[in-house]
Amino acid sequence: MAHHGEHHYNLDQRFDFTASIKKSILTVLVLGAVLLGIGVVMAMTGGHHEEGAEAGTHAFHWYERLYASIWVNNVFFSGIAIIGVFFFAIQFAAQAGWSAPILRVMLSLGSWLPIAGVLMLATFFVANHDLFHWTHSYLFDKNDPQYDKIIDGKGAFFFWPMEKGTFPVFYIARMVIFFGFWVFFFNKFKQISEQEDQLGGSNHWYKMRSWSAFFLIFFAVSSSMSAWDWVMSIDTHWFSTLFGWYVFASWFVSGLSVITLIVLFLKGKGYLEMVNENHVHDLGKFVFGFSIFWTYLWFSQFLLIYYANIPEETVYFVERLESDIYGPFVFVNLGLNFFLPFLVLMTRDAKRHGVFLKLVCSILLVGHWIDFTLMVQPGTLGHNGGIGFMELGMLLVYGSSFAFVVLGALAKRNLIAKNHPMLEESYNHHI
Amino acid sequence: MERDTHFILGVYDDEDVLLHAVEKVRGSGVKIHEVYSPYPVHGLEHVLGYKRSKLPIAAFLFGMLGTSLALTMQLYMMRFDWPMIIGGKDFAAFPDFVPVSFEMTVLLAAFGMVGVFLITSNLKPWAQPRIFDVRSTDDKHIMAIDLANNSSLDLDKITEILNESGATEVNKKSFE
Repeated sequence: MAHHGEHHYNLDQRFDFTASIKKSILTVLVLGAVLLGIGVVMAMTGGHHEEGAEAGTHAFHWYERLYASIWVNNVFFSGIAIIGVFFFAIQFAAQAGWSAPILRVMLSLGSWLPIAGVLMLATFFVANHDLFHWTHSYLFDKNDPQYDKIIDGKGAFFFWPMEKGTFPVFYIARMVIFFGFWVFFFNKFKQISEQEDQLGGSNHWYKMRSWSAFFLIFFAVSSSMSAWDWVMSIDTHWFSTLFGWYVFASWFVSGLSVITLIVLFLKGKGYLEMVNENHVHDLGKFVFGFSIFWTYLWFSQFLLIYYANIPEETVYFVERLESDIYGPFVFVNLGLNFFLPFLVLMTRDAKRHGVFLKLVCSILLVGHWIDFTLMVQPGTLGHNGGIGFMELGMLLVYGSSFAFVVLGALAKRNLIAKNHPMLEESYNHHI
Repeated sequence: MERDTHFILGVYDDEDVLLHAVEKVRGSGVKIHEVYSPYPVHGLEHVLGYKRSKLPIAAFLFGMLGTSLALTMQLYMMRFDWPMIIGGKDFAAFPDFVPVSFEMTVLLAAFGMVGVFLITSNLKPWAQPRIFDVRSTDDKHIMAIDLANNSSLDLDKITEILNESGATEVNKKSFE
């Protein structure tokens, strides 16, 4: 409507992280832990597949599956956390007004980042040989029968300035720098937001825009490189030039789904009354659009490799499509992450009504988690992978911990950036 | 178009007055033929009670037509008309067909949507546009009321309603 009425919203609202919400999250956590326990016991007692030993590599141990499961969730939830900060920064760089009341929801996802960084580093130090083939020093020893010329050629990317096959200084340094700067920018944004709440005025908005621009430049590089480091280096011989963007797209859809779900959850609890179906529609468009973007990258990667048919490239898809374990999941992945959001969210009404969005966003989160599982498992576990109790339990444990940390951070401060200069524009947002 | 159509025109020079006027005029039971404005007035389609456009349905159908045509064409060419071995692939290699199918979908959806829009908006090249008041391309909003659609109300009554709603002028217009 063109008639800009007076709006009287309660801008000092604060999310109440009640005992009953905490209890539901803890129930999921316990359920996940139980499933995880069952999965671990099953893996320990279940028959060891000695196929690895026959093939001349190494025997498979049950804990490798646990490490791979932890790694999938480390990458998945780190991505969701940084996407919250990224989408927040995008709002300032694009001078967006519509999103002003939900900025704090985006930023709150970043509170998982410090934990994610510690978990990622710790997992790497414990599980390096079981997850990353390139960590074995014999690959770089010319006198060893298992010397690998291709990996030796890539060795400096992991080990510089140390000798190849010793301690991966460059790799660890990148991990520390990425998480360090991501946490730094997250804290900077949080700090400027708090100052804005107290002092008001448009200065903080300009300050935030400048910091957002710096962050986006850093994120443009670090998001791609972290994808090479944490995911693509598992299949050490193989490479794909668009892999960084492919991982980013998967992260972005997952992050947008989490933001949408939290906004709808808060609205359901009676908060954020200025967020109406127009704002929800915009979030729906982002989820819809970037699901198609993800498909575009998935297919671009697939089609070129399929068409060129060069063995060192096709091996990635041969490992997945021709496997009894992973083959079906390739199609599940495409079905959940492309066909479902494409068909369900195509109409305007579906994007404006919370029911459809809640359904699609929840399924998308599982879909993209399967996507990451498909990226990590074949290269680490080979024939011993799959999605069972252990994987589902680990997802629930990580997911509920993530929800606990993020909602806890959301409850600590004002839910709305009450002095944001574009709130009025957002109230009148109409599409 | 019927000849001797009689219209009564309300002239407004402010968009907020116009938006309230549209509500008032429609509230008094007068059916509005059309409102002409020099620029898009936000919310006008809402107060006029326009339903959402059905154009997306046309786009979807034309898009599906594009997909089917592209798939049929490629299958016919690559599998039946002139089969060639390319990179050792099957003749009917579906992944190869995706980019062309996508492009044809977009092309036909866009063309179909533009065509349907032009036809339903009476923007045929040979269409004779009816200019109610040339000032609607300058600085006035023109509300046109078709007397044939408002036979229950007489001319004076409509004029009175328009004047009360804030029209700066009320004119009559007939087309030969």
